Amino acid sequence: MDALLQFIFSGVTVGAVYALVALGFTIIYNASDVVNFAQGEFVMLGGMITVFAFEAGMPLPLAAVLAVLATAAIGVALNKLAIEPARGAPVVTLIIITIGASILIRGAAQLVFDKQLHRFPAFSGDDPIRILGATILPQSLWVIVGALVVFVGLWLFFTRTLTGKAVLATANNRVAAQLVGINTAWVMTLSFGLSAAIGALAGVLVTPITLVSYDVGVALALKGFAAAMLGGMGNPKGALAGGLLLGLLEALTAGYLSSQYKDAVAFIVILGVLFAMPQGLFGKSATERV
Amino acid sequence: MRNTTASAMALLLALPVAAQAEIRLGASVSATGPAAFLGDPEAKTIEMMVEDINEAGGIDGEQIALTLYDDGGDPNKARTFATRLVEDDEVVAIIGGSTTGTTMSILDVAEDEGIPFISLAGAISIVDPVREYVFKTPHTDRMACEKIFSDMQAQGISRIGMISGTDGFGASMQAQCKDVAGDQGIEVLADETYGPQDADTTPQLTRIRNTDGVQAVLNAGFGQGPAIVTRNFAQLGFDIPLYQSHGVASNAFVELVGPEASQGVRLPGTALLIGDRLAEDDPQYQVVNDYTAAYRERYGQDPSTFAGYAHDAVALMVDAMRRADEIAPDAIRDALEATQGFVGTTGVYTFSPEDHLGLDPSDFRMLEITADGWKQID
Repeated sequence: MDALLQFIFSGVTVGAVYALVALGFTIIYNASDVVNFAQGEFVMLGGMITVFAFEAGMPLPLAAVLAVLATAAIGVALNKLAIEPARGAPVVTLIIITIGASILIRGAAQLVFDKQLHRFPAFSGDDPIRILGATILPQSLWVIVGALVVFVGLWLFFTRTLTGKAVLATANNRVAAQLVGINTAWVMTLSFGLSAAIGALAGVLVTPITLVSYDVGVALALKGFAAAMLGGMGNPKGALAGGLLLGLLEALTAGYLSSQYKDAVAFIVILGVLFAMPQGLFGKSATERV
Repeated sequence: MRNTTASAMALLLALPVAAQAEIRLGASVSATGPAAFLGDPEAKTIEMMVEDINEAGGIDGEQIALTLYDDGGDPNKARTFATRLVEDDEVVAIIGGSTTGTTMSILDVAEDEGIPFISLAGAISIVDPVREYVFKTPHTDRMACEKIFSDMQAQGISRIGMISGTDGFGASMQAQCKDVAGDQGIEVLADETYGPQDADTTPQLTRIRNTDGVQAVLNAGFGQGPAIVTRNFAQLGFDIPLYQSHGVASNAFVELVGPEASQGVRLPGTALLIGDRLAEDDPQYQVVNDYTAAYRERYGQDPSTFAGYAHDAVALMVDAMRRADEIAPDAIRDALEATQGFVGTTGVYTFSPEDHLGLDPSDFRMLEITADGWKQID
């Protein structure tokens, strides 16, 4: 019994990390249909900037805020310098541009920062919380709460605010959106800034658990992307559910079956789900006019 | 065929150059890319040492001209650079190969062209079977396993659980440890793995904890995995010892894990890690502390165990050049093979025609992380 609970705690911790990364994908995807493969680098930047600001003597909360703002600025710059000039290009081209951007950011990070692993202290200490013989670290709760807060925020943004609806409208049909008075260039800038900020926040929350170095972005983006696909790309509900499901699958496989197969089982389930429901668990099937 | 012609040409062209007072040393390490944590300190060490040796008058009055390439951890690039070192840069010796993969590429070129090569990678297959021109400085992971298991025997531990990374280092050490465990009376009851970038390993550790009779846990891996395993180990509140590998023998590991969770962790390390705690009459005292002081002054950080491998490679090569009859590849190779009792940071090297590694498990020191730093326990 305590073993099962431990596996669940582990799965929820890891799942919340995936969910936070997956949530970062949603905004840019909703604004432009582009899957931003530099999302993992935003997470890395959030962690790295916080580490270096903290080690330079800044209080941790201030360092975290600085990291989120700086990363958001980098996200905006990415849009202005790389995505906007190629606006007329097909989505696939834009996705390839984001892959290029991720390589550039990774390379710059190893020069600006360093190539070592880093960590900063957990927000509420490292004393594990014991529940029925199983343990969970306080930082895991921070990550879970962070994922929930971002989820609720995004859900409200897309369903309750005019700006959020403008973002969705831009993705749906850029010309029509412009015709009804939506400043689509601004929507793109906003969506890159917000996505980068969410990525950086994820980095700040998960670093005490996962550690950070200049190259952690790739693996995080891959798992986050898998989680987003599983839940349904572009849907915050899907990102949250997909992330948690992926984390739980991995933990339970590692716990009950074999740790050798945990990634394989997770990906087999993803393939199975996508085979039966190509839009993911919560994705809406697209109806496009031809 | 074209290669032979090219190198014959290169050799002809090289003859007038050799008359100049300059020794050409080549290096290819992985200063960037996935193995940068190995190659970066190695590159720094090689550059620093060559400069220092030149400032002190070089080798018998001849300056060393270093050509250092960054292969980014890519075996194909390493092969290209090794060929370029031999054919274009006309080096008399090569140091490098941060990973086993890049070493294997350089090794072929060195053997074909007859250039002495000291590798900085761990795998036993580099020097077993012995190749004429290939030497290496790091311990093999098999020796690390033997060292850990002898310490376990001394503690009366015979049944263990293993948790290993699925990266190259972890997988290789896992296989080697399981291979030698039986000989040393150790039984591996649980055998778990984790991905190199996994965020949590508590399910695997819970399985080990729930396996009856496990008296200690051994984690084979390096990078962030062992740091996370150690933190999870503390989180789950195990009351048995945790052994780590030489892959994480660094102060950075203790900082990553945190002082509380890292306490009591045991691992085989080199003298480099406990330089300030060595007895002054320890044979390695001088070399370890001189190197650490020089590195710290120049780069503002402590050298890692991997940096020490590069230090020993340069020191061995320079020592061989001093003893060689002439500065030519074959003479250097012969002098290198005749190395006896050379004190490095990793251990005391004695090469022979049958042994191109020159270390044994006793060169490892069994260390434990305590509240006030590393403590040698053997």
